[in-house]
Amino acid sequence: MLILELYIFVLAGFVGYMVITKVPPLLHTPLMSATNAISGISLVGSMAAAGSHRGTIATILGFVAVVCATTNIVGGFLITDRMLKMFKRDVPKK
Amino acid sequence: MRELIVGLSYVGATFLFIIGLRGLTHPDRARRGMQYAAFGMLIAVCGTLINHEIVDYRWIGAGLVIGALIGYPLGMWVPTTALPQRIAMSLSFGALAAVLVGVSEYYHAFHGGEGSIPTATMAALAFEVLLGSLTVTGALMAFGKLQEILPSQPITYKGQNAVNFVLFAGAVGLLIAVVIHPEMTAAFYGMMGVAAMLGILMVIPIGGADMPVVVALLNSYCGLAASATGFALGNSILIICGALDGASGFLLSILMSKAMNRSFANVLFGAFGGGEPAAAAAGGSALPVRSISAEDAAIQLAYAKLVIIIPGYGMAVAQAQHTVRELAELIEKRGGEVKYAIHPVAGRMPGHMNVLLAEANVPYDRLYDMDEINGEFPQADVALVIGANDVVNPAARSDPASPIYGMPILDADKAKHVIVLKRGMAAGFAGIENALFHASATSMLFGDAKTSLMKLVSEVKAA
Repeated sequence: MLILELYIFVLAGFVGYMVITKVPPLLHTPLMSATNAISGISLVGSMAAAGSHRGTIATILGFVAVVCATTNIVGGFLITDRMLKMFKRDVPKK
Repeated sequence: MRELIVGLSYVGATFLFIIGLRGLTHPDRARRGMQYAAFGMLIAVCGTLINHEIVDYRWIGAGLVIGALIGYPLGMWVPTTALPQRIAMSLSFGALAAVLVGVSEYYHAFHGGEGSIPTATMAALAFEVLLGSLTVTGALMAFGKLQEILPSQPITYKGQNAVNFVLFAGAVGLLIAVVIHPEMTAAFYGMMGVAAMLGILMVIPIGGADMPVVVALLNSYCGLAASATGFALGNSILIICGALDGASGFLLSILMSKAMNRSFANVLFGAFGGGEPAAAAAGGSALPVRSISAEDAAIQLAYAKLVIIIPGYGMAVAQAQHTVRELAELIEKRGGEVKYAIHPVAGRMPGHMNVLLAEANVPYDRLYDMDEINGEFPQADVALVIGANDVVNPAARSDPASPIYGMPILDADKAKHVIVLKRGMAAGFAGIENALFHASATSMLFGDAKTSLMKLVSEVKAA
């Protein structure tokens, strides 16, 4: 199981590296906010912690983690979209 | 059956995330790509909701609602000038989520749960909590510095690196101890505390202009912490997204360090700028400086065929990007061409200047990276430097004694004329005298960047 997970990690890191190398410096700020929003996927782990009856402390920790992760997802995708909306091509002069 | 649906939703989400990141390779496709990614996130979250481990939805629902309520203003209302601190804050949130999940897992196992944890899982948990805590406090410190709640100058003291090293060694030592003896709860929480301290102390000596590297590096840590969470929970989508985030942060920090010709170690342990102000001050003030009036500068701009604008952090501070665009449009109307030269580390985070100018409606095909534009400076009639300093210092090319020697710069000094908008003659962040300001082709237009630009706009209109 561990070895399989390490395979996944290494391959995903490699894919990430290849894709992100091609992102132009123009879009580096949206890239940061986008990866930040995507890493909000830790929400799925937080949800399991907040919703699986493991005692009050575990639930509260999970709850705060859900809040943090959701904040990043919602805020991250919104701000990325807001930024990307601003990047416009030159309109041909009349 | 449920397991399968959850699993498939994660596979779909992963696919959409990678498509989304792929979209970011071109500004025309980027928005659509990120919409795919957001949709992927929705699929993954809905998939998780039917996970059989989850028996109680009240806390989850409350968390989702509160998170969305906090996230919305952070996404929609934060001004673009505040983006660097906004990103630093969200890095801190992301890392906090990872730490809390880790602590919750550990707590569950040792206070009421099985009372034991397999070694591999424990190692992943410990790694997650160590990196996560470090990132939480480190990113908060970066946020404080960028927001200027904390002084943005490097704070240094004697034996700083030794203290940090001892803390680092201590955290690693506790990590090893807790992996071997997972039941040592004191070691686990102690490691968390030491890592949090280290996060604070590591960022304290780092100055404002080095922030792009730090923010990128923290981004990478945050991703690795999320990935470790995936290992601990046996959840592949977390491993994958963490790895994507980690790779992105890592790549950006390499690019940023390269753009400053410095190693990671140098950024983290060098405390640039605090060290050698004496040497810089000695040679400087005697050199001649030519100042220029807004009228004369405006005439040069009005009759120029090619103007290259070099924005720096000073433009962001003065919120002058809209006035810059106005000036550029006037020059274009008179038949001149305007290009923008963006240094990779201009501003306080990777790509900061591009977003500011895009916000001011500058078309993105006018924004040029350093390598694309450097060959054009000799043809430029005017290079207009707005609040940038070290990134145009020719000493980086010519003076092996200079602390920034070897750093790739924008060759503004090769333009026929250089006009520098600057508050006063204070040295740049690095505390280094800039030979460009004393060159014979250079004229200085002193004053607040925005006020100067507004004067230029009205003068160019009149010219």
